[in-house]
Amino acid sequence: MIYSDIAVVGVIFAVFFDLYGVKTTLLSRKIFWTSYAIIVPFQLMTNWWLTSRGIVTYSPDAIIGTRIAGAPIEDLLFGFALVLSTMSLWVYWGRKGVQPKN
Amino acid sequence: MLTFTVIGSFWLEIALKVRVLKRIKRVLMSVIPVAILFLIWDAYAVASGHWKFDPEQVVGIYGPFGIPLEEYLFFIIVPMAAIMTIEGVRSVKKHWLVGDEKK
Repeated sequence: MIYSDIAVVGVIFAVFFDLYGVKTTLLSRKIFWTSYAIIVPFQLMTNWWLTSRGIVTYSPDAIIGTRIAGAPIEDLLFGFALVLSTMSLWVYWGRKGVQPKN
Repeated sequence: MLTFTVIGSFWLEIALKVRVLKRIKRVLMSVIPVAILFLIWDAYAVASGHWKFDPEQVVGIYGPFGIPLEEYLFFIIVPMAAIMTIEGVRSVKKHWLVGDEKK
């Protein structure tokens, strides 16, 4: 599997985890999409930094080739999966009573 | 880049009093399982040559599977920033349900 495949699998996994795994259903909540909308521009900035300076380079064979802010479009899928699965677990533990209130 | 992420999000801890760092156990329980999965992906991607890191631009400390220290930190810091973001939004949009409210 190449980056594109794994990124899609990652998103599917994160979506299933949120909706059916821990059942946090963040995907149906305004708070998630607002937070994600805040995060994406920052992701694009850091992607630009990491790729324009050549800190990270991608094999042309591993990506479909479309790029946003210097990084493969797959990176948005990767970031989405990372952010969603982490937030889902965070909410899940809060619901379970692990350090719930600030 | 990691410094930028820390500066960009950790101020929420103070300004909006999200108190994420004060709940470090919950942070680690949320971040580490996800980080492990993504680091397995990372190890596979590096081994398969999907992406690589410029050896000149990392500090040069490598952990297991030839992954640079920065990458391990990435998978700790970025998810923490995500948690601070959602908690930051919660602190200004108090009526929006997150899903962990007491019933």
